[in-house]
Amino acid sequence: MLRDITLGQYYQTDSVIHRLDPRVKLMTTICYIISLFIVDNFVGYILAGVFLALVIKLSKVPLKFMIRGMKSIIFLLIIAVIFNLFLTPGEVIFTLWKLRITKEGLRQAVFMAIRLVFLIMGSSVMTLTTTPNNLTDGMEKLLGPLKFFKVPVHEIAMMMSIALRFIPILLEETDKIMKAQIARGADFESGNLIKKAKSLVPLLVPLFISAFRRANDLAMAMEARCYRGGEHRTKMKPLIYKKRDRLAYGVVVCYLACCVAFGKILL
Amino acid sequence: MSIILDHVNHIYEAGTAMEYAALKNISLTIPDGQFIGLIGHTGSGKSTLVQHLNGLIAPTSGNVYYNGEDIHNSDYNKKELRSKVGLVFQYPEHQLFEIDVFSDVCFGPRNLGLDKKEVELRAYAALKQVGLEDEYFYQSPFDLSGGQKRRVAIAGVLAMKPEVLILDEPTAGLDPKGRDEILDQIAKLREETGMTVILVSHSMEDVAKYVDRIIVMNKGQVRFDDKPREVFRHYKELEEIGLAAPQVTYIMQTLKKNGLDVDTDITTIEEAKTAILNALAKADKPMA
Repeated sequence: MLRDITLGQYYQTDSVIHRLDPRVKLMTTICYIISLFIVDNFVGYILAGVFLALVIKLSKVPLKFMIRGMKSIIFLLIIAVIFNLFLTPGEVIFTLWKLRITKEGLRQAVFMAIRLVFLIMGSSVMTLTTTPNNLTDGMEKLLGPLKFFKVPVHEIAMMMSIALRFIPILLEETDKIMKAQIARGADFESGNLIKKAKSLVPLLVPLFISAFRRANDLAMAMEARCYRGGEHRTKMKPLIYKKRDRLAYGVVVCYLACCVAFGKILL
Repeated sequence: MSIILDHVNHIYEAGTAMEYAALKNISLTIPDGQFIGLIGHTGSGKSTLVQHLNGLIAPTSGNVYYNGEDIHNSDYNKKELRSKVGLVFQYPEHQLFEIDVFSDVCFGPRNLGLDKKEVELRAYAALKQVGLEDEYFYQSPFDLSGGQKRRVAIAGVLAMKPEVLILDEPTAGLDPKGRDEILDQIAKLREETGMTVILVSHSMEDVAKYVDRIIVMNKGQVRFDDKPREVFRHYKELEEIGLAAPQVTYIMQTLKKNGLDVDTDITTIEEAKTAILNALAKADKPMA
């Protein structure tokens, strides 16, 4: 039941996208998100859609995985759409009791929905094709210059990777504890909001305890292997840009240029 | 009055690259009052199987019947089923959450909607059944030792007065003394209450002494399903699937091979002791 959330889960396969340098993928994801907010017409969104579709196709990750990840944001999506739909002032095209749907509102709502869906899918592609380890390496390298300002880049990257690594573990744990409590007659579904919230106590307490226990064990294991932060630490597999990475940067720049050209100027 | 599994299949993540058939065409009948050992290697599907028995997961295809009723019928009362078929998960101490031991054990019966007095009576009886002393009742469950925590967790399920008790690896991570204590307690419990007990384990050694039937799982299928001594006769095949017969079986086999006339079907150390002494006495006589 809880296995449906794919955000932060790696999908094992061999594809061009999987082999790209994590820095490229990080930068591409950031650029893609920016592009989603630059464009404000249909041509732009079609462009973004095509780009995303191509990347997904190249990544060889089944579309099902991305769509399954969407389930977790469906609530947010509906709220965003409803707010935009009814609360945007402009030319009224439809009135339902006191609620007005405006032309601008409709447009805004559709764009917002597309934007959110693409945003989640775009970042899922990154997490599905990059191992957490790789992702952190990339992030550490990209944020490297901040070290001059005494930002603990390595530590931040390490914390991120641990957090990502633990998402599936904690989900599995939640599933297990939930089942164990259901076996003891717990009921997580029925009742009003207060009752439902109360019913989460038997789930959350063991979950937190287990999270702390795991954190403790992990800290111990890291210390046992003499981990002491990022200073003077070398990598077994340092990140080096290859030909395909430069090519990918080229493609992303082209895409961004197209977005600015077509998604902004034309209507 | 029994549990029946009829051609049960279970596939995890069907339709994805991670698709995995955990159970393949399992048909089993579990009559009342039997003491069953469910043995299998890690990943053989034993945990998946037991979760079918109380309806926590539904089979991909096939049916599960409890006392003649299909538990996945839309009008079947699953909550009642879960009180009848008690399932103690692996590392059950990880599910403890209350401020003291006694309230934690009360959680199960309270969920059944019983009145306070009955809940407390049951919790008290269950804690006594697992052999926990009174002095621990009002301590935080997190301050107890590993073995004690596990007893509390088992009591949490017992307090629901199940007709069938399923224990998934109840001895995992315990020291030999803790293991023997828990198993003896379970055997005693069964003798007193006459309930059906299913003991899931990967160790023949653990269950051989207690159970009257062993079900061996391998790769999602039932490989053997018989009395312990019958199953142990196949000790060579058991080794092939990564399991082993109890050490006693090997000792008896070797003794027999070396010319001592002993019964090789023996499964427990006590029986072996008598058999070996008898055989030696017999062997000594001609020489005397």
